[in-house]
This record gives sequence, structure tokens and C-alpha cells, in this order.
Amino acid sequence: MANQNYSIVHGTERVLSTNKVLKNTYMLLSATLVFSALMAGLSIMLAVPPWMYMASVIVAMVLGIFVLPRTARSSSGVGVLFLITGLLGFGLGAILTLYLKLPHGPQVIGTAFAGTGLIFLGLSGYALTTKRDFSFMGGFLFAGIMVVFLVAIANIFLSMPALSLAVSGAIILLMSGFILFDTSRIINGGETNYIMATYGLYLSIFNIFISLLQILGIMSDD
Amino acid sequence: MELFLKIAAAAVMGMMVFYAWRAYRQWQAHGPKAQKGDWQAVVLPLALVAGFVALLVAMVR
Repeated sequence: MANQNYSIVHGTERVLSTNKVLKNTYMLLSATLVFSALMAGLSIMLAVPPWMYMASVIVAMVLGIFVLPRTARSSSGVGVLFLITGLLGFGLGAILTLYLKLPHGPQVIGTAFAGTGLIFLGLSGYALTTKRDFSFMGGFLFAGIMVVFLVAIANIFLSMPALSLAVSGAIILLMSGFILFDTSRIINGGETNYIMATYGLYLSIFNIFISLLQILGIMSDD
Repeated sequence: MELFLKIAAAAVMGMMVFYAWRAYRQWQAHGPKAQKGDWQAVVLPLALVAGFVALLVAMVR
């Protein structure tokens, strides 16, 4: 009986801790997305040149690899996360400026935005309701990311639209897998740091939006 | 400027490949293995995502 009470108390503690990580992650994710959107708006107003996108992605990736993991366990991690997401938003503004000049640009941006939101909400809702552990996908997802990165590196220099389309399609599917993987890790206690959890989900949303924008831009014949 | 950025982007992405390789090895060695029905639970939502993207493409054409 005592053991049963002990396991119930510990089970409750684990659920409360998981709910706290989930709540903090979604709150921080909302804040970073709003901040990114503001930075993208600023970038559009300033009409920054297209190369700014690549420059900000490079700096954000370096910060994400070297700085964020070292600061994620302290309050400065939140600042670094806002710096990364702000940079990515600012870079995104340079791309959006280009799309806004196209005949159907605003429609493409709106469709990509709504599509990304629906994909994220749908997959998160699915992972939260099924409560299934999707961490078995880890090896598959990282292998997929490696292949996509290698092809993307080649396409930086080849600039082939068909290859770019294929990479974008693959990224949407991989990032969808990462949303399931990351959400299930939060629910099942595999990820207890809400800053890293937010970073993972933010990157999935950002990559889905950029890829969807590219696919819709190419397919709309603009 | 553009060539410099392309080379820098390729270098950073190459670094990401290296990190992804390390993560891949770790998950392969220590990650949980799929049980019966696990992949089915993943393929269905991903197929829905693919179908949804096709729908969005049809909308903008």
C-alpha cells in the first residue's frame, strides 16, 4: 500500500513537471514567433537586400550550435533564443520582400502562413492526444536531415529549381516528423529543458514555412 | 559577397551534417526501437501533410 502511494505521488510529480515544461515551451514558442514576426516586419520596412537572409541564417545556426546549448540551463538562454529567432525573423523579412513584389506574392505568403499553422497545430494535437512515444524516429530523422543537408549544400552551388523543390518537400516531411518527435519527447519526459524544446519546435515551424513558401512560389508560376 | 556567403553557408551546413551524424549514431545506439504499429502511426499523419501541401499547391495555381 505504501509502495502504491509512493508510485502515485511520483507519477503525479512527473505529470506536473511534464505539464510545466509543455506550458513553458508553448508560451516561449508563442513569444519567439511574435518577436520573429515583428523582426520580419522591420526587415520588410527597411527593405533589406536578399543576401541578408543567408547571412542571418548562418549567424543563427552558429549561435544555435555553439552558444544555445551552453546557455540553455540558465536565464541567459532565453536571451540567446530571442537573439536567434529575431535574426531568423529579420532574414525571413528579406525573402518576404522579394515575394511581395510578385503578382501573387501576398497570396502565396498568406497560404504558406496558414498552411504552416495548420500543419503545426494538427501534428501537435495528434502527438498530444495519442500520447504515443515517437522517439523511435530519432535515428531516421537525423539520417534524413544529413541527406537533405548534403543535397542542399550541393544545390547552393548548382542552383537547380527541381532539386530545390525536392529538398523543400523533403524538409516539410522531415520537420513534420520532428514536430511529432519533439512533442512526444516533452510529453514523455525525454526533454525537460523548455528552452531547447522551444528551439526545436521553432526551427521545425520556420523550416516548414520557408519550404512551403518556396514550393508555392515555384508552383504558382510567379 | 554572394560567393563568400555561399561558401560560409556550405561550411555551416557541413558542420550541421557533422552534428546530425553524431545525433544519428547516438539515437541508433541508445534510442528506443519501433514497436509494432509505431511506423503506421507516423506514416498516416505524414501522408496527410503531403496531401495538404498538394491541396495548397492546387489552390495557388
